[in-house]
Amino acid sequence: MTSSLAPFLIFYVGAGLAAITRGRLRQVLLLAVPLVGGLNLFYLGRGDLVTFGLFDYDLILLRVDKLSFLFSIVFHIAAFLGILFALHVKDTTQHVSGILYAGSSIGALFAGDLITLFIFWEMTAITSVFLILARKSATSQATGMRYLIIQVMSGVILLAGVLVRYQQTGSVEFTFIGLDGPGGALILLAFGIKAAFPLLHSWLVDAYPEATPTGTIFLSAFTTKLAVYALARGFPGTEILIYIGATMTAFPIFYAVIENDLRKVLSYSLINQVGFMVTGIGIGTTLALNGAVSHAFAHIIYKALLFMSMGAVMFRTGKINGTDLGGLYKSMPLTSIFCIIGAASISAFPLFSGFVAKSMVLAAAVEEGHPIVWMVLLFASAGVFHHSGIKIPFFAFFAHDSGIRCKEAPFNMLAAMFVAAFLCIAIGIYPAPLYALLPAAVNFDPYTAGHVLAQAQLLFFSALAFTYLKLSGLYPPEMVGINVDAEWSYRRLLPSAVRAFIATFGPIDHAVRHLAMRGTQRVIVWIFRHHGPEGVLAATMPSGAMVLGVVSVLAVFLVLYFVS
Amino acid sequence: MNSKEKRYLFDNPRNVKVLIYSLYVVCAVLVGLDFVIHRHSEYAVEAWYGFYGVYGFVACVFLVLAAKEMRKIVKREETYYDDK
Repeated sequence: MTSSLAPFLIFYVGAGLAAITRGRLRQVLLLAVPLVGGLNLFYLGRGDLVTFGLFDYDLILLRVDKLSFLFSIVFHIAAFLGILFALHVKDTTQHVSGILYAGSSIGALFAGDLITLFIFWEMTAITSVFLILARKSATSQATGMRYLIIQVMSGVILLAGVLVRYQQTGSVEFTFIGLDGPGGALILLAFGIKAAFPLLHSWLVDAYPEATPTGTIFLSAFTTKLAVYALARGFPGTEILIYIGATMTAFPIFYAVIENDLRKVLSYSLINQVGFMVTGIGIGTTLALNGAVSHAFAHIIYKALLFMSMGAVMFRTGKINGTDLGGLYKSMPLTSIFCIIGAASISAFPLFSGFVAKSMVLAAAVEEGHPIVWMVLLFASAGVFHHSGIKIPFFAFFAHDSGIRCKEAPFNMLAAMFVAAFLCIAIGIYPAPLYALLPAAVNFDPYTAGHVLAQAQLLFFSALAFTYLKLSGLYPPEMVGINVDAEWSYRRLLPSAVRAFIATFGPIDHAVRHLAMRGTQRVIVWIFRHHGPEGVLAATMPSGAMVLGVVSVLAVFLVLYFVS
Repeated sequence: MNSKEKRYLFDNPRNVKVLIYSLYVVCAVLVGLDFVIHRHSEYAVEAWYGFYGVYGFVACVFLVLAAKEMRKIVKREETYYDDK
């Protein structure tokens, strides 16, 4: 028995039902959505299952292959984690938008053509913004709008690219796209915005720390990884992605070190992680692609775990800045442990999920002869441990005691963190089921003695560096403040440029318009003089004058008649 | 600190010391293992004893010190974007 029910429908229907139910019934319903979805996935057939024609286009609503299937599994897991973590929330908007957002992302995964992809691409933008707006602060309203504008813009660029490509190739099918034509370049730009390419990334570090404590779990999972999926399908082996990806791994970690808002630290490290995936896609060999997608799989879970631990801290203490926190292991021991498991996973400690996935990308970089890229990735691996692995747990749960004594996270949050932590360790210890799902057969063993030793050296000496810097007082203290990034261009440069433009050209504009007004005024006065009530040309003629005219014309005719 | 409050694991400086010294020991052992276990290496630098350890240490110190310098350029007041 196989199913051909489009997985996103389950989420859309679930969202509708969640909107009209309350209390315990809604909680059961919410949890059921990803579980029913998972059951449907289990029975889902392969190939183009739902197709239809629209105008001249052949649309494929549901195309299932190994790549989309793998991502859909982890998207279901992420949806489940996000829903469980937010189960105590009483806000209908957040629940409905969370489920719609998850459903839209899953819909986009199974889109077999670029038009369908575009529709779901925009749906993810529209449905997710409510997770930011639900903070209901003035800041979050402004942030939400900036987020929405950039996300929708990505979709518009995507559509433009798709149409240009359709003109060139006559097809809207979503297969390998490449950079051969202008359409491909536009589509890559659209994907790049959502994947947070360097300089296109500030929406992410702007929006994710502003979302609700529970909303960020959803946000961190879907948008960027949907873009990774789209890149893996449309642009594998596109060389420029190697360098874009390597840049993404390196530059955010500098920001992460000096950032005070711990969820913003995690947002920067999210870009760093996506950088590894983008690099893998750029390298494009079987090993590299396997590495990229398995990294995406593992990453979604441990990133959710880290954001959940910070969400729990925020929920209990109302604070998220490193300067305000510390010593929370006393009040929230379980959350601390879960956070450390997430930290170990993102740092790719042996026996945790990051280790079995990320190392494939590094191995592929070596294999394909990219020594510089390899060095950068290695630097970024050490760096990610430094800021995500150590900084996050250290400043939240240890460091100096902030004196905050609160309750441990609520049960549903702990349960969600437990499931995520369990998966992190399970994948790390026993990666075979994950490897079996990968697009290509895996011939990679992460647990060779040499590899484990190399990684352990890298990480423990990074920890040693942290200890040394901390003890010697060289480590930069956490500070209240923000660090300007690429968003400066549109939050400061552009507005001040507009203001300068208005200040310069405003008076000129005023003078020109004044001149034009005076000219017009003169013309009106002149016309009025001749055509106005007193004007010569406006005088009414008596009917006798017309009779005279007619008679004159007849007279002329008569004369002409006689003459001819 | 309130004297009645429970003393937690790291309230005792001895435990912090134990943790730090265990880290030193682990690091030493890991470099030591380099002489025992053969690491498969593609590049020549990789084959150096303790390469990954040195690289990790240097990378992190560089990262932190560079970020510290970067802060001088990029850091602003929290209200930077608020004042119009």
